[in-house]
This record gives sequence, C-alpha cells and structure tokens, in this order.
Amino acid sequence: MTLSTQSNFSDPDTAYRLVVEAHRGLSDEDSVSLDTALVLILANHIGDAEVLREAIALAKRQLSNATDKTASTGTQK
Amino acid sequence: MPEPRVIQFGYRRHSDQDRTAADAARHPVVVVGAGPVGLTLAIDLAQRGHGVVLLDDADRIGDGSRAICFSKRSLELWDRLGVGERMVEKGVVWKVGKIFLNDDMLYRFDLLPEDGHKMPAFINLQQYYAEAFLVDRVQELPQIDLRWRNKVVGLDQRNDHVVLAIDTPDGRYQLKADYVVACDGARSALRDFVGAEFSGEVFEDQFLIADVKMTAEFPTERWFWFDPPFHSGQSALLHRQPDDVWRIDLQLGPDADPAVERLPENVRPRIERMLGHAKFDFEWISIYKFQCRRMQRFVHERVIFAGDSAHQVSPFGARGANSGLEDAENVAWKLSLILRGRAPASLLDSYEIERSAAADENIRASTRSTDFIAPHSQQERRMRQAVLTLARETEFAKRMVNGGRLSTPSIYQSPLSTPDSDSWDAGPRPGAQMIDAPLATASGEPIYLTEVFRQGSGDFVLLRSGVGDNDLPGCHSIAIGEAAPLRDVSGLFAKRYDASEGAAYLLRPDGYVAARFRKPTHEAVEAAIARASAQPGALP
Repeated sequence: MTLSTQSNFSDPDTAYRLVVEAHRGLSDEDSVSLDTALVLILANHIGDAEVLREAIALAKRQLSNATDKTASTGTQK
Repeated sequence: MPEPRVIQFGYRRHSDQDRTAADAARHPVVVVGAGPVGLTLAIDLAQRGHGVVLLDDADRIGDGSRAICFSKRSLELWDRLGVGERMVEKGVVWKVGKIFLNDDMLYRFDLLPEDGHKMPAFINLQQYYAEAFLVDRVQELPQIDLRWRNKVVGLDQRNDHVVLAIDTPDGRYQLKADYVVACDGARSALRDFVGAEFSGEVFEDQFLIADVKMTAEFPTERWFWFDPPFHSGQSALLHRQPDDVWRIDLQLGPDADPAVERLPENVRPRIERMLGHAKFDFEWISIYKFQCRRMQRFVHERVIFAGDSAHQVSPFGARGANSGLEDAENVAWKLSLILRGRAPASLLDSYEIERSAAADENIRASTRSTDFIAPHSQQERRMRQAVLTLARETEFAKRMVNGGRLSTPSIYQSPLSTPDSDSWDAGPRPGAQMIDAPLATASGEPIYLTEVFRQGSGDFVLLRSGVGDNDLPGCHSIAIGEAAPLRDVSGLFAKRYDASEGAAYLLRPDGYVAARFRKPTHEAVEAAIARASAQPGALP
C-alpha cells in the first residue's frame, strides 16, 4: 500500500474542525500531548509501516519548506 | 557489605613455559578468557575431541553483579555440554514478566506458553554459579588445559598460525596456535592487539544495580516499573535469583553522581521505599552507563572474537551473555570441522555472517528498549508517556511498551542453508534453531528430542519422520515414527515440524536447520551437508 494523499473525506471541513476543536482550550503542552497520542492511535489504525514512513517523509518536507521560507524572508529584511 | 561468592583457583606452571620462544609449543586452539563464553567454547571443542588451551588473566571467579538471565537456547546448549540440568536445578525458573505503570499492572507476558520442552524459557542464576559449574565440567575433560593467571600481552599473526606472548607469575612465555578465540570481554586486550575498533552508542542515563539478600514473597516473575511510586519519574526492575538474592535495577537519570549514589547509606532508603521494609543486606552495588557497541568484523585472520569482546549490549533483554554463548556454539563446530580437515577455513566466513547479523539484531533490540526506558528528548518522553497511558486501555499500545525484549535465538540468513524446495506449513525453516519435542523410546521411556540430538555424534544429524530405506554416509540419523526407534506419542513432533511420513530435517552440529526435505534423497542430503560445510563448489 502507498500513502493516499487524495481527499478521502466527503466533508473535509468537518474533519479539519474535529481536530481543531480537540485542541481548543488546551495549553501548548497538552496540545502536543494530545497530538502525540493521536499520532500513535492513527498510526496503529493504519497498521502499515511503509505508509507511516511515507507520511513521516511528507510531514518532514513541510518542515524544511517552512524553514526555507523563514530563511528567505530573513534575507529580504 | 558481604563479598559475593568467590572461588579462588591456583596458578600452576606448565611445561610449555620451559620452552624458548623459538621452540614455543603449538596447540590447535587457544581460547582467551575463562568467562561463560570461553568456558563453554572450550567444553564444546573438547567434547568434539579437540585439545584446547584456555587462558585467563585472573585466578578467581565471582566478582561483581553480572549476567543473571540465561535463555532456553543457552540451557539447551549447556545441556548438550553436560551442565544444563545442574544450571536449571540451581537456577530460578521463570517465564512470566509483568510491566507496571505507577502501581498498576499494564500487561503480563509468558515466554513459554506451551509444554513439551525439556528446558524452561529462562532461568536466573548468578554468573558465578554458571562459571563454577562450567569449571567443574572443564575439570572432567582432560582435553582442556585451563591456565589461570596467564595474561596475553602480545599477539602476532603468521601465515598459518598465531603467536601469543603470555605473562605469568613465573615470567613471560610464548605459545603458537592454529586458531585463537578471544572471549576476553568488553575490555578485550586481544581486540587492541589486532587493532580493531569497538564503536557504537553510549547511553547517558545511569542505572544502579544492586543485588540484595532477603526473604521475600514476591512471585518468581520479572517485574518492571515505569514511574513507580517508590522511585518517581524513573524505571525499576526486580528479579529473583537463587539463595534469596534479588536483582534490583533502578534508573538514576543522566545527572546522578555515581560516587554518591553507590554509597550504601544512599542506596538503602531507595530500596526500603521499593520493598516497604528494611530487612535486607547488600551483596553488590554498582552504577552503570550502558553501551551498545560492536567490532566491524569478528574474524581477524586466525583470531576470532566471541561474546562481549565482539559486541556489547545494554542488559534489557538478557542479550549479552546469551548471545555470547550462541557465538561459542556457532564457532565450536565450525572450528572442529576445519581442524579435522572436513571443511575449508572459509567456513568461518559463515560465523562472521551469522553472528554479525545476530549482533546487529541484539543491538537493535537493546537500543530500542534502552531508548524507551530512557527517552532522549522532551518529545520522546511525551511519546513514551502516550504509549504508557494508552496501554491502560488499548492492546496496540501494550505491545509498544518496551521494558526489554527478551533474547530469542536469531534465524540465520546464511549461505550454509539450503533454501526450501518443498512447501511447509510449520517447523523451523533453514537457518532456524531446532525445536524440542517430547518423545518416547520403543520401550516407552520418555525422552526429549534435544536429548536424542545430544546423544548423536556431534556431527550433522538427519532427523527423519518414519524409517527411511537409505542410510547416508557420514550422517547420524534420528528416526521418529510407528516402526522407528523413537515414537512421537504426543504428536508434538509431527506438529512442530510439519513432519509428513518420510520427511527429513538436516540439522547442523549446533542444532540449526541446514535443509529440509519432504522426500529426501542421498544426493540432496549430501549436497546440503557439503553446502553447510562450505565445501568448494557447494556454495552458491
């Protein structure tokens, strides 16, 4: 199996809201803990190390994209 | 603090020491280091008929709190060497482990959930007992020449032998050996002499290991706590040994001062909190930082490294001594075939391949456990916490809780194995260790398969279901069936080996499966033996 990145929810806004609302009112520390537990629960539900590996790679690319942006903004200043 | 049991041995001058360097005595095998690995290897080689010189720089055993958990695989090996039953009799047999978070049990595991094996999943036994029993066995074997206070101080590799320089209370002498096996531990001097590196990971966290003597009513199980009420924020381990001695392992974190933490007046209150009483005495206290390291190569020309000299792991999982014993059993039969001229020296390449992969597997498992027990970062700590709390209500998280994954024998991806050409629904595949099963003799006496294997010639063994019509030259055979000398009264042999009538497993001299056949032929079995002995042309 490979990681599916097409839209899988019939109502993506609801899915996004579910996650956002789960974090409402939480301290940063609790938010991180909630995400940590969620990652483990969802990773187990997927149950495929290859898919998990691809998901991690995709997520990590966002980090480097974010870092690149910050860097370029920095040079513009 | 009372001394642990120590046995003192005497140095004795050997006539080899009277010879000049130019006229040094030559021996087929010199084993350096009379710890569990070296002693075991010497016995295995001696039982195979080889003379062995076994050197040790000390003259006593019993120092320190060292290995305590010996696996079923190690016990089966020791049983073949005639000391297994004595180890089990003295040892504390266990198979159940429990993991706690705070005061609550998260889960329990059973390492040997089925019957019909001669040896238990694990015993706990102080290393000094294991060594003492092995030394007793060594003394029954005239082929072994055990020399205490013989310290190897130099090593020179020649074309067809190795020269060792050895210091004794009577001065220095030299020995020549066809092969040298270095079982001289994590601080191996021989590793330095061959110029090899020993690199890997050092874990920052420190651990207090205490052996305490007390009468207690804890069950004979391995108990592991995360964040227990008596040792907040850290981990703890409690394990029973013979003679009312208990191994306690307390995580101290990276910042603890070992000189201070080691003091009995500081250890005592921690353990009082853990046990809820003060009625115990210390046998041993030490502070460790754990390391996972290995040599790049285990075979350096005619010097072979086995046990901690070759690879070192953290203790979570009992993979140190047990993997060293597996090294010893792996190298013993190979050296034996080489020394008897029945296999080329290149058979040792398979020692490198098989035990190197096993070392990697053990280091991987032990590193994962140590990382789980001592997280490296804030986020790793959160991940660990999430797993531990989820484990209270979910099965998947229970299985992620890692307080040590206990040693099981590796399955070798080995050039010595003949790949299956028939189809099998069960049974140990080529490269896997044989599985024990309860049998009966024709007269109805119960006997275990591992005991029958042990009575074999110490050579390749063909394990057959039913009576075959062909006897294979140079191959001892064990026949099990209605009309055979051994009966599968429980049906467990047929089940554990998926053994249809006529099927056969070819077992290596160390009990690993070399090949298996539904309908064995002379040619196929001989080809598999040639391949498993690294005969020229037989390897792919």
